[in-house]
Amino acid sequence: MTVTRRYKFAASHRLHAARFSESENFELYGKCNNPHGHGHDYLLEVSVSGPLDAKSGQVVNVAALDRLVAKQVIEDFDSRYLNMDVREFQSVIPTSENILGVIEDRLQAGWRATFPAGPRLASIRLRETRRNLFELKAS
Amino acid sequence: MLITRKAEFSASHVCAQASLTPEQNREIYGAAANPNGHGHNYVLEVTLAGDPDPVTGMVFDLKQLKEIIQKSVVEPMDHRFLNYEVPPFDKVVPTAENVAVEIWNRLRPAFDGSRAQLHNVRLYETEELYVDYAGDRP
Repeated sequence: MTVTRRYKFAASHRLHAARFSESENFELYGKCNNPHGHGHDYLLEVSVSGPLDAKSGQVVNVAALDRLVAKQVIEDFDSRYLNMDVREFQSVIPTSENILGVIEDRLQAGWRATFPAGPRLASIRLRETRRNLFELKAS
Repeated sequence: MLITRKAEFSASHVCAQASLTPEQNREIYGAAANPNGHGHNYVLEVTLAGDPDPVTGMVFDLKQLKEIIQKSVVEPMDHRFLNYEVPPFDKVVPTAENVAVEIWNRLRPAFDGSRAQLHNVRLYETEELYVDYAGDRP
């Protein structure tokens, strides 16, 4: 059984690859290359899979999941400029694909301590705008 | 091919185990353990899988599906206090997970012998929390 929880964070970013020239970057990323950055209200979905515990009737303790996601992701990402304020994006371009990769690493880093015998991270989805949705199956 | 029909119902519940103290229940269920209960506008998505009938062009008659959901789920659960009025929630904690399993169990027999099979039940307890249940298959 899979339980999915939705979270929100608002953040700005700029897509710019250091190896390309200014005109190549503009060609590649368009408006997302604007030198001063721009922001989104990101919607993050975290899906957790596991057996249903017969006693509690739960697959996952949602409060514990909320605390983990808040600590590992939301507190560092919300109301920040990702390129400058979040360690990983000083060297990784904060495309939605890369943001999902970083979020997975951050969640997996705290997973075992939060859910020692518990459910597994199944997938995460990031909605950058209402027209862009990215999905990553957890490894 | 998959087809999905949506339904909504509003119900109240308390999530607590009788064998635990109020503090232990609060640890497991948070505010949902409040003894007097609280409610949600549940949103249900029922997904069937099957091949379209070559004559009708339909996997399943959606009017019929709507009636099945209405009769098996919405009528018994809408505007009810699940713990007091909808078995087995007098004995089983009505978490979103358990409500999804119960909905699956109520719907599944309707598709015995049908060309369409019940594929997935998705139950939104709130816009921020939903459960997917596809039966006992892993």
